[in-house]
Amino acid sequence: MASCVHRIEVRYRNDPRKKTRTDRVRSLGFPIDELQLIDVYTITTGTRIFSAAELDQIGSQLVNPVVQEYSPDVPFLADFDHAIEVGFLPGVTDNVGSTARQTIGDFFPGVEGVAVYSSQLFFVCGKLSRELLRELVSNLANPLVNRVHVKTRLEYGTSGMDREVPRVRLHELPTAGVVDLNLDDRELSRIGKEGIEDQTTHQRRGPLALDLGQLHAIRNYFGKKGRNPTDVELESLAQTWSEHCKHTIFASAMDDDLPDGLYKTYIQAATNAIRKEKGEKDICLTVFTDNSGAIIFDDHYLVTHKVETHNSPSALDPFGGALTGIVGVNRDTIGFGLGAKPCINVYGYCVGDPESDPVLFRGRHKTNQILSPRRILDGVVHGVGVGGNCSGIPTPQGWVYFNDRYVGKPLVFAGTVGIMPREIAGRKLYEKKAEPGDLIVVAGGRVGKDGIHGATFSSEALDPGSPVTAVQIGDPITQKKLSDVIVKEARDLGLYRSITDNGAGGISCSVAEMAKECNGCRVTLDLVPLKYPGMAPWEIWISESQERMTLAIPPEKIDAFMDLVGRREVEATVIGEFSDSGRCIVGFHGDVVMDIELAFLHDGAPKKHLTTRYTKTVYPEPVSSCPDCLGATLLAMLKRKNICSKEFISVQYDHTVQGGHVLGPVQGRGRVQAMATLTKVVPGSDKGVGLSQGMFPSYSEIDPYRMAAAGIDTAIRGLIALGIPLEAIALLDNFCWCSSDDPDRLGQLKRAAKGCYDTATAFKTPFISGKDSMYNDFSGYDADNHPVKVSVPPTLLISSIGVHDDVTKSVSIDAKIEGDLVYVVGTTQEELGGSEYFAYLGGVGNVVPDLDPALVMARYQRVTDAIRRDLVASACPVTIGGLGVTLSRVAIAGHLGMALLIHTRLRLDYFLFSESLGRFVVTVSPDNQEAFEQVLDDDAVLLGRVTGNQLRISAGDIRIEIPVSELENAYKAPFKEY
Amino acid sequence: MTTPVVPQKKSRGNDTFPVSDLVPDKALIMSGFGINSEMETQEALLRAGMGSDIVHINDLIDGRTELGQYRLLVFPGGFSYGDDTGAGNAFANRVRNNIWEDVEEFLAGDNLVLGICNGFQILANLGLVPAFGGRFTRDIALVPNRKGVLECRFVTLKPAADNLWTKGIERLFCPVAHGEGNFSCSPDTFSRLGEQEMIAFTYCRDDLSPANGEYPCNPNGSTGDIAGITSEDGKVLGIMPHPERAMEFVNLYDWPLRKEQMKRNKVPIPIESLNMQLFRNIADYFR
Repeated sequence: MASCVHRIEVRYRNDPRKKTRTDRVRSLGFPIDELQLIDVYTITTGTRIFSAAELDQIGSQLVNPVVQEYSPDVPFLADFDHAIEVGFLPGVTDNVGSTARQTIGDFFPGVEGVAVYSSQLFFVCGKLSRELLRELVSNLANPLVNRVHVKTRLEYGTSGMDREVPRVRLHELPTAGVVDLNLDDRELSRIGKEGIEDQTTHQRRGPLALDLGQLHAIRNYFGKKGRNPTDVELESLAQTWSEHCKHTIFASAMDDDLPDGLYKTYIQAATNAIRKEKGEKDICLTVFTDNSGAIIFDDHYLVTHKVETHNSPSALDPFGGALTGIVGVNRDTIGFGLGAKPCINVYGYCVGDPESDPVLFRGRHKTNQILSPRRILDGVVHGVGVGGNCSGIPTPQGWVYFNDRYVGKPLVFAGTVGIMPREIAGRKLYEKKAEPGDLIVVAGGRVGKDGIHGATFSSEALDPGSPVTAVQIGDPITQKKLSDVIVKEARDLGLYRSITDNGAGGISCSVAEMAKECNGCRVTLDLVPLKYPGMAPWEIWISESQERMTLAIPPEKIDAFMDLVGRREVEATVIGEFSDSGRCIVGFHGDVVMDIELAFLHDGAPKKHLTTRYTKTVYPEPVSSCPDCLGATLLAMLKRKNICSKEFISVQYDHTVQGGHVLGPVQGRGRVQAMATLTKVVPGSDKGVGLSQGMFPSYSEIDPYRMAAAGIDTAIRGLIALGIPLEAIALLDNFCWCSSDDPDRLGQLKRAAKGCYDTATAFKTPFISGKDSMYNDFSGYDADNHPVKVSVPPTLLISSIGVHDDVTKSVSIDAKIEGDLVYVVGTTQEELGGSEYFAYLGGVGNVVPDLDPALVMARYQRVTDAIRRDLVASACPVTIGGLGVTLSRVAIAGHLGMALLIHTRLRLDYFLFSESLGRFVVTVSPDNQEAFEQVLDDDAVLLGRVTGNQLRISAGDIRIEIPVSELENAYKAPFKEY
Repeated sequence: MTTPVVPQKKSRGNDTFPVSDLVPDKALIMSGFGINSEMETQEALLRAGMGSDIVHINDLIDGRTELGQYRLLVFPGGFSYGDDTGAGNAFANRVRNNIWEDVEEFLAGDNLVLGICNGFQILANLGLVPAFGGRFTRDIALVPNRKGVLECRFVTLKPAADNLWTKGIERLFCPVAHGEGNFSCSPDTFSRLGEQEMIAFTYCRDDLSPANGEYPCNPNGSTGDIAGITSEDGKVLGIMPHPERAMEFVNLYDWPLRKEQMKRNKVPIPIESLNMQLFRNIADYFR
């Protein structure tokens, strides 16, 4: 066998990235002289070796000879101290390897069984201690997905690195087992908590997250049938009944006053009430029922939106977790109706301070250390970027929020907007229904052990020969091929009747979900294409391998569908048939391994009744007097990580592909990050899609109700500032809570949900889609083995989407022309509880900004009118950091100074940094002063003029004077080196 | 600071944008395996007056579509094969290993080839540019950006040669969005490109003075600020930035400021951007 393994090494003769790469590693604290990189292709064939001439032919196709060289079967020699080779563990998706395999396959069509494994070989020049070397390795590789091999220069010698082939070896016997549930409650709950015991290895397979009540219900169900469940059935029920899929906390009755639960009472009811009240002006088309929510774009098109989180996977493997998060939510677009085209990606990251290095471990005795916030930030930034960039989806809209309570569990939000014609040839594309007799087809990637029990993690289970199960690496190109053939070809040919995405729970959830449309299904697991043989039936059924869609295809269309996808090199397989039997029946090796009534599968979980408790926490008010030098305070505020520029992310995310860029992520000559963006999604149309968001985790512990209201107001205000009217705006909610079995946390949740209902109904902005993630807690140990629990602050992301009627009338945030008037729209109160300024002072406070929806709605209408009448030169919502920060941002963005005079009864620092809601900074041409003031009336207060190159603020006898260039430097300093 | 823009009037009913009369010849826009800018490229050509078909490369390999029916071959932007084995390299291998004879025949005729971004990377790996002496060897490379990450921002380009592609263009102002756009070649090749006026576009400052390799005006570190070159016979253009992504005035990075300036100067606000001139030049070639 070994003789059939070749190794081709590729390198740049003069690597253009070497300096950046070296500098980066040095900036992380490794005193190296140089870090060289070699790409390695390990090639195996099933039948014969390649000749030297053939290897040359292969090598020349893997390089550009102008700048690169290759070396087949002979290692590159160089001066270095250590060689570190990083490859993938067996079974982990290796995109580079599979691309190289296609190239070799095209060139040598006759050679069978070619496999290519890619790896990267680093030559480290510089003396590193053993400890530092180990740390460097852990920076270059993630033990969850990577295999690593290190040699000294001496060990490397002339023979180089070893030829390792990460083939998957499986020992399990692939059969379905029966699980005896006739156990005492202690043993029963162990099955729920730790998983089914494997009959051969006696290891537990990982948590089912079924509680005792649910396990009793399952035992009763099968008791009536006179048998025990198979492992396939039990795993399937665990997936379908999981918090992730069924949202039990939002669905359960709560206390005495919410018999229908939070979702029905506060979210769905809000949307229903708003839609009814708006009547013919209702903008919603599909809410909550499909993979995304949809609103009307114009007479011909609709737009969809969906925001997901991918928190646990991103904690373990930030790159892979974030990548699968974004490509996963892309599939919620492709899986909307009969398939919408993804046209905008959005992101949001809650992480720890990247300059901190918390020492926490998942295991006892300093085992399994958590990744540093810097690594998590770098990884998730890169992951979402690769996902969007490779898929040709612009990513203009996003944000980052830092707080130390995110160190154990980062929150990674990923969302996608889709565009789709409302009808084609009389067929409504936003409706779908599988019919009995339709074939169940899975298209896209193959199934492996990736993502089984996705959220669970067990380092003991990883041995060098076992595939990775906890995390997946996405393959955007496989998905791009799938997406293209679905939304650009098959959909409009009418080749299928229904489609959905494979996300959590894999085909067990997607097929069972679609089976509701016709009331039954039958699947043969033997037909499911696998990445490697030897998978157990339960694994095939629940695997979360990426890039797969499930379709319902009428038998008469199957040949045309298969022919089309075959020509696009997208694998598709018939795995069964939809029926009207009322059952979900699954076969494997000729046996029935699952036979459950759909009614039980979907609705058999016992209803819960949750009780909540709410205690208001009172925090000490920060004790300080107004700083003497407010200019210095302003500069310090601009440098706060939650306020300063994170432009390094915006520019590495392609935000111009698809040609719809109107108002992008950074604006103005001074390139300031905007809170909202505007994108055209239909060529030739004057309309555009505006996106914004609001989230205030720092308000949650003080007042969750006002926190929710602030999120909604801010999300809406971002779009109002672009010129989108209130009635054109819809909302999405993402609750990321912690410790959701704690009545106090549930009490906060209930108040936040009530805040959502009251605020959304007041604004008449419907929720169209939402998602929740209820257990964002880290439980582990510190270096002294003391148990540590770190819970995220209750985090509610409100995303907004709105259709702008005429993008040529939209407004950016930058001050534009010398002499323009500067207004603040809205009133400033002493509302600094949970503000960034109090955080800067080291406090929390208690007065969270309050919202009077009726008051601000009238104001927003006036702002909309003023923008529509072209009276506004710039508009920027006042959010985190308050007026002082916003005025600075507007000035920096325009590279223009301002001279402002402030009258206030508040302490000036409070006035400048209060986070009162409902406010904008607006600049207006002097020619429009009268008209603007007429429209805005009392809502606008003239502060001064755009002038010179300094920000000058006078208030009473206090004067602040700072050059705009100095503001800009402060605003851009913290992430300058990223 | 100001980028001149050609004002255009609205026309054609509901359609906001003027569409010139279509030339009889059509373009083939290549798609598949991660190419992703085919639709906006089609739109730009259509507005300039040239119809096109988006064709999956496998349909050319299978013979379902004949390259010979077309006069313009476009490799649009994208991330073919996820940039694996080098940007554009795997797609170039796919072309070379499957439809090379068709491409050679196409090049021999009176036809044009355009590669944008990933398309330029594909052209470079196929040797369609610079193609000195009509030989399709790889003489240039688009290597990773000096900063090591993908860079998406608007850049200003200046024509560096007078040819069918650059006719009437004073500047372009459009986005780059690539991780591997750093133009590299031997000193010999570089001087030949200059001498033979094959450097089509260079990165420059707002005032059209050379970027001199300085970031961010030169966004990737390209030798000689090169953003695009033609083949020796002038019929093939490869360019890294994306004029098709900023066809309209409102696509331009600085349009809100310029709109305000134009309003105050009582200058009509244009609809189309100057970047369209590149596509008009292509359509005009076939008139």
